[in-house]
Amino acid sequence: MANRDDIKFLSNPNIGKQRKKYCRFKKYGIKHIDYKDPEFLKKFLNEQGKILPRRITGNSLKYQRQLSVAVKRARHLALLPYVTDLLK
Amino acid sequence: MGYKFLLISMRTYEVTFIVDPVLSNDEIKATSENYAEHLKSQNCKVVDVEDMGLKQLAYPIAQRSTGVYYSIEFQSEDGEIIKKLELALKRDERVIRHLVLKMDKFAIKYNDDKRKGLIGKKSEKEKSASNESSKDSK
Repeated sequence: MANRDDIKFLSNPNIGKQRKKYCRFKKYGIKHIDYKDPEFLKKFLNEQGKILPRRITGNSLKYQRQLSVAVKRARHLALLPYVTDLLK
Repeated sequence: MGYKFLLISMRTYEVTFIVDPVLSNDEIKATSENYAEHLKSQNCKVVDVEDMGLKQLAYPIAQRSTGVYYSIEFQSEDGEIIKKLELALKRDERVIRHLVLKMDKFAIKYNDDKRKGLIGKKSEKEKSASNESSKDSK
């Protein structure tokens, strides 16, 4: 049933529009980042095990700082590698 | 604010260390118990000893590719204990890596919740809830 509202646009205007990034820690109320949980930390690393920048993950500065510390602690304890290929 | 600090005289610390996996199970257990006892003898309150089990190391340490992880949470009034503890860990050949941290209030709450099983379960609950809702929608 096509009414007026459906034929307003020829193509879906939401395609190609960038979704707004958000800080996962703020959204889900995570106050402490556990350095002993490498599986969680891997979400914020690229394939070489480098920390992803904020412009990609959308983290707030406060939690990006805490995250980087947590990742570095995990590396020290050999829970995450310092250098690698194909982490994921 | 000033006198609030006086009330909180006990600081919470966390020590995580990796024990050599070549040792026998008894020796590995004895190592962790040894440190817990050592802390208790120094007027510390041991909150929890967590056995994280045998894990694959991300890179070799001292020609080992695996290690047994332990984490001890303890409270102490005296910060001097940390120096002694670190020295003991460094000298101990059974321990191949260690990390001592002071915990802030969020970390304490996080560990508390983790012990109660709130953190793991929460995600499971959410998953089951989302699964149910997806089933309902189907």
